[in-house]
Amino acid sequence: MKVNKDTIAGLLWTSPWLVGCLVFMLVPMGMSLWYSFTDYPLLKPPVYVGLDNYRSLLADDRFWLVVKNTSLYAAVAIPACTLVALVMAAGLATPGVPMGRAFAAAVYLPTLVPMMATAMIWMWLFNGRYGLINNVLSVVGITGPNWLEDGRFAIAVLVITSVWSVGQMVVVYIAAINEVPASLYEAARIDGMGPVRRFMHITLPMISPAILFNVITLTIGSLQAFVMPYVLFRNERGQKAAGDMYNLLLYDNAFVYRKFGHASAMAWMQLLVILALTGVMLAMSKRLVHYRGT
Amino acid sequence: MSSENHPRHAGQRSQRWVLFALLLTAALMFVFPLIWMVSTTLKTEEQAASASLSLLPKEQSPLAPTGATPNQPGEAPPSVLSQAVTNASDNYSAVWNDPSIEFPLYLRNTLIVALLSVVGMTLSSAVVAYGLSRIPWRGRGAVFVTVLVTMMIPFPVLMVPLYMVFRWLGWIDTLKPLWVPAWFGGAFNIFLLRQFFMGIPKELSEAARVDGAGHWTTFWRVIVPLSKPALALVALFHFIYVWNDFLAPLIFITKPDQRTLALGLQLYQSKAGLTPWNLLMAASTMVVAPVLVLFLLTQRAFVRGIAAEGLKD
Repeated sequence: MKVNKDTIAGLLWTSPWLVGCLVFMLVPMGMSLWYSFTDYPLLKPPVYVGLDNYRSLLADDRFWLVVKNTSLYAAVAIPACTLVALVMAAGLATPGVPMGRAFAAAVYLPTLVPMMATAMIWMWLFNGRYGLINNVLSVVGITGPNWLEDGRFAIAVLVITSVWSVGQMVVVYIAAINEVPASLYEAARIDGMGPVRRFMHITLPMISPAILFNVITLTIGSLQAFVMPYVLFRNERGQKAAGDMYNLLLYDNAFVYRKFGHASAMAWMQLLVILALTGVMLAMSKRLVHYRGT
Repeated sequence: MSSENHPRHAGQRSQRWVLFALLLTAALMFVFPLIWMVSTTLKTEEQAASASLSLLPKEQSPLAPTGATPNQPGEAPPSVLSQAVTNASDNYSAVWNDPSIEFPLYLRNTLIVALLSVVGMTLSSAVVAYGLSRIPWRGRGAVFVTVLVTMMIPFPVLMVPLYMVFRWLGWIDTLKPLWVPAWFGGAFNIFLLRQFFMGIPKELSEAARVDGAGHWTTFWRVIVPLSKPALALVALFHFIYVWNDFLAPLIFITKPDQRTLALGLQLYQSKAGLTPWNLLMAASTMVVAPVLVLFLLTQRAFVRGIAAEGLKD
């Protein structure tokens, strides 16, 4: 009798989540899976077309362009962000460095800036004519390129803006490093290990769970890049091909071309890729990630 | 790289100062884009569109300094500062009063959404977290797993069908899609609060139960008062999330008078060929500043919360 009462109370208290999860997640996901097999131009009811949407996407040049761009961006941004965040965290977590807390706050600040504003700031910095970056380059005698117009720099610009926003990861890594028992470092020091080797052989293995978590988050995030490329590489003259991304095509399919079937198919392909990548990373991590106490 | 051959203490000290210099440089590089943003708003259109690397506006004419100018070497002459102040007030008021962006209206919309959304998110997440931590029941573990799993679902998968759901509910062209879902709780916030509630000793709520209090009373009299820091953190995180969100307003808001700040900023920017950079940066500063001020006021709680997020297994 008592168990029953508790179950009712538990269901009641968690009901906002259960209802919300159903209405705003599970049902929409089911709908989108169904739409992905239909021709659905919004104003007319969906018509089942089997795998046609998937087939026509795989035959579309822009689809392969965005797949290529997004993969390239992710392949560069994930290691770049991870490396910068780890190096910054290792420096900031060193005991006894003056102003460490203020520096950590400085590194964290950019993550609070709304993506829209971040995009505008970098548009200004990378401006080909008056931008600060080219002004600085001209001081040392280099004529900077037109960063945002010249397609060769699109991915580089996107990676730089994402590295600017690594603050969240830095804070996580600092917290993880602070959890590493000091005795390990003391022992290593007695063995004559230098700071670089201590970092490689003690810090990295000890914080590997945090690295795994951040790399997974980064992977999901970079495959979904939207706001930056949307603002930086799309203007009244159209979309810069080199900065075209998977979710921009998804957005166009849904809200510009009104091809909800195509957009849903793209969303599901993305979800499956994300799940597969996460699965692979978790499987690989069994060997690489060190969980304390297990 | 390392100075292992030095005597240990001297070596460590010099290493520390090298590290300090490196970190200072890195920290400045992270903050500099923000400094440059603000600095651009202190300039006129011509001064902004120049090759100058100076943070303050260049004097426009050699005749400018009038009156008392005790021109101390190494200090900016007051005329430059007063010019900066004049330019800034011109720029910010130009943006605030610009009829094409309607900044005050977008601010109002954003604040309405933020208020409704933050209250709903904090309350509902706390209620759900209570059900997941303070009531022992079968199925609690399973519900908790759904919380963890949904944190992974990318928004684009939900984007199209959510649009359909909101259209069916008649919410497109209202602010509802931006705040009603918050009243059903958010996965990360539920997770955060559940961890916090788990740490509150059982005896406290049992004492209340013995006195005849039900779950509702226990929640309000025992759990909520003890969890104020965690609840504040959730409210803070969510406020910043709503303030910064661009994608959801882009998709669900089509009426001009319901735009939020992030959306308004994008419209302002998309006519960038016409809008001068000093005004674009003034608009950006106005959107960025409240969040940064909020962060600086609450830094400690903030950092603790982010660390907690990353260390969950």
